[in-house]
Amino acid sequence: MAPDLWSLYALMKMSRLFEETVTQLWQEGLISGEMHLGTGEEAIVAGVLDHVQEGDALALDHRATPALLMRGVDPVLILRELLGHEEGLCRGQGGHMHLFSHEHLAASSGIVGASGPAAAGFALAGQYLRPRAIAVAFFGEGAMNQGMLLEALNLAAVWRLPVLFVCKDDNWSITSDSSQLTGGNLCQRVEGLGVPYTVVDGTDVAAVWEAAGESIERIRDGHGPSFLHASCVHLEAHFLGYQLVRAARKPLQEVPRIARPLLKSFFRPGGASLRMRRQGLQEVLSALLTTHRDPRRSTANDPLIRARRALVSEPQRLRELEEDVEREIAAILSAVVEEGSG
Amino acid sequence: MKTMFFTEAIDDALGQAMAADPRVIVFGEDVPLLRRNLLVRFGPERVRATPISESAFVGAGVAAAMAGLRPVVELYMVDFASVAMDALLNHAAKVESFSGGQWQAPLVVRAPCGGGYGDGGQHEQSLWGWLAHIPGLVVLVPSTPADAGGLMLAALEWDGPVVFLEHKLLSESWLEFMGSGGRTTVRYDVPAAGARGPVPREWQPVPLGEAALRKEGSDVAFVSVGVGVHRCLEAAQALEGEGITAAVLDLRTVSPLDRATFCELVARTGRLVVVDEDYERFGLSGELSAVALEAGLSFSYARVCTETTIPYARHLEDQTLPGTERIVAAARQLL
Repeated sequence: MAPDLWSLYALMKMSRLFEETVTQLWQEGLISGEMHLGTGEEAIVAGVLDHVQEGDALALDHRATPALLMRGVDPVLILRELLGHEEGLCRGQGGHMHLFSHEHLAASSGIVGASGPAAAGFALAGQYLRPRAIAVAFFGEGAMNQGMLLEALNLAAVWRLPVLFVCKDDNWSITSDSSQLTGGNLCQRVEGLGVPYTVVDGTDVAAVWEAAGESIERIRDGHGPSFLHASCVHLEAHFLGYQLVRAARKPLQEVPRIARPLLKSFFRPGGASLRMRRQGLQEVLSALLTTHRDPRRSTANDPLIRARRALVSEPQRLRELEEDVEREIAAILSAVVEEGSG
Repeated sequence: MKTMFFTEAIDDALGQAMAADPRVIVFGEDVPLLRRNLLVRFGPERVRATPISESAFVGAGVAAAMAGLRPVVELYMVDFASVAMDALLNHAAKVESFSGGQWQAPLVVRAPCGGGYGDGGQHEQSLWGWLAHIPGLVVLVPSTPADAGGLMLAALEWDGPVVFLEHKLLSESWLEFMGSGGRTTVRYDVPAAGARGPVPREWQPVPLGEAALRKEGSDVAFVSVGVGVHRCLEAAQALEGEGITAAVLDLRTVSPLDRATFCELVARTGRLVVVDEDYERFGLSGELSAVALEAGLSFSYARVCTETTIPYARHLEDQTLPGTERIVAAARQLL
């Protein structure tokens, strides 16, 4: 079977525009605390969610908005929640890192790795209560160093739980380079726990859709859990306002604020040898440069631009689809913002 | 007079200790970014990043301390101590007791705590009562830059495990990291005297278990830690217009408690209002009432605490965390 690229693109586009709206509201200060977006991982979420059915469960991380939108949760409720309305999805109690939809069996958590045990438990309940239902866990590669997730992989393997573990690998553990903090190879790691894996380019929605479809079919047939490793880049890095991304975008404004105390400390008496200090400085500079040269700045890694390329041969249909989504998001925004001001 | 921001003061005191003692090393999630000013002074061998593996790196911190280092282990937030709780509850806190007093684990677990900026109930908890409940753990909650630096130095000199909590609303760098980053459109109710203040030329340890009387008063005693101390000072000021004088006691260390200073103040005022951003039930507020009762004191009592999971919505959060109006109301109720 081949994916319906039009419907997948529509899901991704809706999620992207919704989160761009969220970005704007965050910049305006209408959202107070942290904001972790899923911009850049839409192809992974869409490619997996398209196979999710009634009765399946979702264990989500701190970037839960795209998955809930694509699962069919009312966007008005989500937006109200992010703005802290008492009539939001979670009555203003949860917020963007703690979104829940009982109706859709979808729960998120801001604790890194927590989606692993949650998916195992959802799958266990499914085995008793909902035949052929599965649970999906979404998490980043940083979570693969968290004990609870590795324990959940093992538990799912020995109990043959119907779980699809989806690793959205952007190579950043919060703001640290994951490759320097992760021993061995992640796929070999899950294989060692008895969980079969598939590797896919997470910016290619068709590839994700096919890989997820095969895995989910096997899981529904009772063959136990599966692991999907999908690479991606997060367009806003870990969260909105991340200092090093700001430094990369507006170096003249941001770099002096970092550099002044840094140099003062570098030359401060007492401490390491000049050689060790240079190594420390090198680490900071390399973090800055890595962010500056970040692949997220390249449109080649934007899953939407990539998905759109397959559709430009029908420009009229594409334009109509995009205009429909834009109208939908604008209507959601105006409905929620008018409520807020009224 | 030299002044510093809150987190700047902690890092400065930590730098002084690191320069004096090569056994002090710092590790935790994103530490090379968060403590980059220490990284360029002390090098990557003493300022290290960890994977997101709290149970492993806090547990390793305990044993590294047992084996001769003085590690400062950073958690992203005290809420995430839950993931590393075994290392704290069953290991760090037990070493000295299990070894018959012959072995200790002098590590400092440093973690941001507290709410007031809109991150919700899994990222804004205080949890000092939960941690102080465990025999063997010292728990510090500074409210000013001077105390923050001095208590960090004391924590590093202490021969057992210490949890050092850094309130995010006082911390210039955590606030920037957790929400204000790059925006001028958000306002948080930051107590100015806690966020920036005078500090000594050279850091001296602030003795553990020694409370500080922030304001003298005879009608009622407000007792608190962290941001709560500043809310109490605001409430005391509001009450002055009504001719009521409130004393404000900053415990500074939740465990060990300065029972003597606390009891003396309660005996003198006869009225106690505990202001605790941590959860109300089975925590610091109940403990303080027990301490005063055990001392045979007769007093009237009220508490202003966080009673529920902290809501995400800012207006609901403001009603949930102990605010000035609730403190004033509690004081009036006793008078």
